[in-house]
Amino acid sequence: MKAASANEATLIRRILAGETELFHELIRPYEKLVYVTIFAILKNETEAEDGAQETMISAFRNLASFRGEAKFSTWLVTIAMNEARKRLRKAKVAAEDSLDAPSEEGEGDYTPAVLTDWREVPLEALERKELREKLRDAVGMLPEKYREVFVLRDIEELNQEETAAALGINVTLVKVRLHRARMMLQKMLVPYLKGQAPARQGFFRRWFS
Amino acid sequence: MNLECKHVWEHISGYLDHHLDPELFAAVEKHLETCEVCSAILDSTRNILVLTADDRTYELPLGYSARLHERLAAVIGVERSG
Repeated sequence: MKAASANEATLIRRILAGETELFHELIRPYEKLVYVTIFAILKNETEAEDGAQETMISAFRNLASFRGEAKFSTWLVTIAMNEARKRLRKAKVAAEDSLDAPSEEGEGDYTPAVLTDWREVPLEALERKELREKLRDAVGMLPEKYREVFVLRDIEELNQEETAAALGINVTLVKVRLHRARMMLQKMLVPYLKGQAPARQGFFRRWFS
Repeated sequence: MNLECKHVWEHISGYLDHHLDPELFAAVEKHLETCEVCSAILDSTRNILVLTADDRTYELPLGYSARLHERLAAVIGVERSG
């Protein structure tokens, strides 16, 4: 996620002052962010593309209401998430959530899959295309409230506070849902990950201490 | 602080995000050093996050950007003249 730069603030001022063509430039860095947010929720390319266009149009029309207290990217993601939710309702996909959502009250009742014959193999194993497809499928199968948090935290890499703000929930709930989402994915994907090694240390810095 | 496996599982996510307080982080770390079961769970979860962060996992459709800007141009044009 990019921080709202001085350049961005200037662009927004100029657009609002009438140089509307500059909107193209303003949103260019966030084209993928908006599309992926909606796609990961809806799992449908056509809907995601249309939703991304609607998000950007809505951002253009409501630009004056962006106050700069959040990052511009977070503001966009919030609009994108609302667009995805709206479309999900319409498609009634929500009713078909394939996993039972565990209750939020019973913390710690969610357990990962235990691997008995885990062993390290080369990083190349993670390069397989099928694995990325399996992951997309698995994310699409998460119950909606877990999927939303996973998309914002682990796909879009928003921080906990930004995620909470975008979804209108508190930070504790973000943590609980993220943990559950990850454990559900671990359980779903273990059959495809068995015998595959963690990537080498330091390569993806975020995940290695 | 000695932790049982089940207790460690509750903190896998917090551990990966470095969101645990120092004492708990150290306890989880110590457990992971000797427990193969929990290490495997940690590794497999981490692999999922590495895959998630891979740019190729979620890709844009061909021509997406051009179509987006075309539609925006139409909206911007209309609303300026209107």
